Amino acid sequence: MDQFLQHIINALSLGSIYALIALGYTMVFGVLQLINFAHGEIYMLGAFAGMYTIRWLRLEQHPGIGSLLIALFAAMAASALAGFIIERLAYRPLRKSPRINLLITAVGVSLFLQYTGQLVFGSDPQFFPVGILELDGYTWTYGELVIEPMQIVALVLSIILMLVLQYIIFKTRLGRAMRAVSFNHDLASLMGIPTNRIISATFMLGSALAGAAGVLVGLIYPKIEPLMGTMPGLKAFVAAVLGGVGNVTGAVLGAFTLGLAEEFLVGYWVSTYRDALAFAILILILLFKPSGLLGVHRAEKV
Amino acid sequence: MTNIESESVVLSVKDASVHYGMVQALRGVSFDVPKGKIVTLVGANGAGKTTMLRAISGLVKVSRGAIQHHGVAISSMQPHEIVRRRICQSPEGRGIFLNLTVEENLDLGAWAAPDKSAYKVNLERGFDMFPRLKERRRQNAGTLSGGEQQMLAIARALMGQPELLLLDEPSLGLAPQIIEKIFEIVQRINREGMTILLVEQNALQALQIAHHGVVLETGSVVLQGPTRELLASDEVRKAYLGE
Repeated sequence: MDQFLQHIINALSLGSIYALIALGYTMVFGVLQLINFAHGEIYMLGAFAGMYTIRWLRLEQHPGIGSLLIALFAAMAASALAGFIIERLAYRPLRKSPRINLLITAVGVSLFLQYTGQLVFGSDPQFFPVGILELDGYTWTYGELVIEPMQIVALVLSIILMLVLQYIIFKTRLGRAMRAVSFNHDLASLMGIPTNRIISATFMLGSALAGAAGVLVGLIYPKIEPLMGTMPGLKAFVAAVLGGVGNVTGAVLGAFTLGLAEEFLVGYWVSTYRDALAFAILILILLFKPSGLLGVHRAEKV
Repeated sequence: MTNIESESVVLSVKDASVHYGMVQALRGVSFDVPKGKIVTLVGANGAGKTTMLRAISGLVKVSRGAIQHHGVAISSMQPHEIVRRRICQSPEGRGIFLNLTVEENLDLGAWAAPDKSAYKVNLERGFDMFPRLKERRRQNAGTLSGGEQQMLAIARALMGQPELLLLDEPSLGLAPQIIEKIFEIVQRINREGMTILLVEQNALQALQIAHHGVVLETGSVVLQGPTRELLASDEVRKAYLGE
C-alpha cells in the first residue's frame, strides 16, 4: 500500500511537470496548427534562466519561497521572451506557407537552440542551486512512504499555474480572443482582433509555463544541460496528443495519465522501458484515436 | 463627382481586381455604397460576391484598383484595422465561433467597438431583435439551429457598432419563413439608419429590399442601378429571377 501511494505521489509530481510543458504544445497548436518542436528547448532555457537568476542575485543566501518565486518568474519571463522571438523570427514569416515548411522550421529551431545552448552554457551538466529552498529535514516518511517536500512544492506550484492559465483562457478578454483565433484566424480578424498579437501572446503564455517547468525540474532533478529539453519535450508532446492536441484540459489529463503509466511501469515491471512507454502510447493513440482522449472531430468549415 | 456626392458615399469600390494565384476572381469591379442605403450584390455562385466582401474586409488584397472608405484607401489595411473603422461583416456560412457560447460570440463582436459603455445597450438591442439568442446566451453556439446561428452572426456584427454592415448570404440554407424574418430585420436595421452591403444569391428577395443593385457575373459587373429599374429590366428577370 505504501509503495502504491509512493508511486501515486511520484506520478503526480512527474505528471504536473509534463502538464506544464504539454500545455504550451497544445496552446500553440491551437492557434497555429503547429507542433512547436522547439518547445522542449524553451523549457531548457527556462531552467538555465532560473539557475543564472539564482546565481547572479545570490538567492541561495536568502533561501525561502520568496527567492523561489523570484527565480520562477525570471525563468518564466525569459522563456516567454524566447517564445516571442522564435515566433516572430522563425514562424511568422511562414504564416502563409504549407504546414510542412513550418514543421521543418520548428525542428530546425529546436536543433539551433540545443547547439547554441551547448556553445553558450557549455555541454557539461550543471548543478541547479537547490539550496534556494531549505527543505532538509522536512522529508516526510511514513513506513516505506517517502514524500520529498520538493515534489509537493512542484505539484502545488504547477496546479496554481494551471488554474491561472485556466482563468486566463476561459474568463478574460485575451483568453476569449485566443479561443477565437484557434477556431479560425480570418473569422477572428473580422471581429477586429489583431490575430498576430494574440498568436504572440499565446506563444508567450505557453513558453512561460515551460520555463516554470524548467525551474521545477531543476529543483527535483538538479542537473541541467542544453539537451535536457529533448526527452521531456517529446513526452509532453505525447501527453498533448494523448489528451487531444489543441485541448487544454486534455493536455493536463494526458500528462497525468502519462505520469501514472510511466511510474507504474517502472515500479511494478521494468524500469528500462520508461522512455519507450511514451512512444508506445503515441503509436497506439495515433492508430486508434488520433483525436486524443478529449479531442473532438471539428466539423469541416463551409 | 462633386464633393456633396462623395460625402454621402460611405464605401467606394474603384476598378477592383482580385487574383487567387493564377485565377482572377474579380475583374475591375466598381460601385458605391451611399450612406443610409441597402446595396445588394447579386449573382450566381462563383460570381465573386464573397470575394468582394473579403476584399472590403481586408482578408484578400486587391491586385488592382482601390477600395475607399470616406475617401480613405483601405485596401492595404489589415482586417482588424478595417473593423476599427466600423466596417463590420457577418460572414458567409454563418461564420460563428462554434466553440464559444452565444454571449462570448457577442462579446467578441464588440472587441473593436469604439464606445465600450454602449455594450450593455447594444447587447439588449440584439436580444430584443432576436429573443431566441437571449434564451440561449449561455449555450455553445454550435448547439444553435441554422437560423439562430445566422441571427447570432448578424447580432454579433451589430455589436461592433458598424457604420457599414456587410452581410454575406444571410439566407443561405435557411427555411423560407426564416429568410423572411432575417430580411425583415435587415430592413429594420436599415430604417434605423444603418448602411448595408448585402451579398445574396437569392436575387429576387435581395433586390426587393435593397435600394441599389449590382449584378456580378464571373467577376465583372454586368449591370447596376436602382433596384426598381433592375427589377423591371427583362435581362435581369430572365437571367436572375428565372422568368
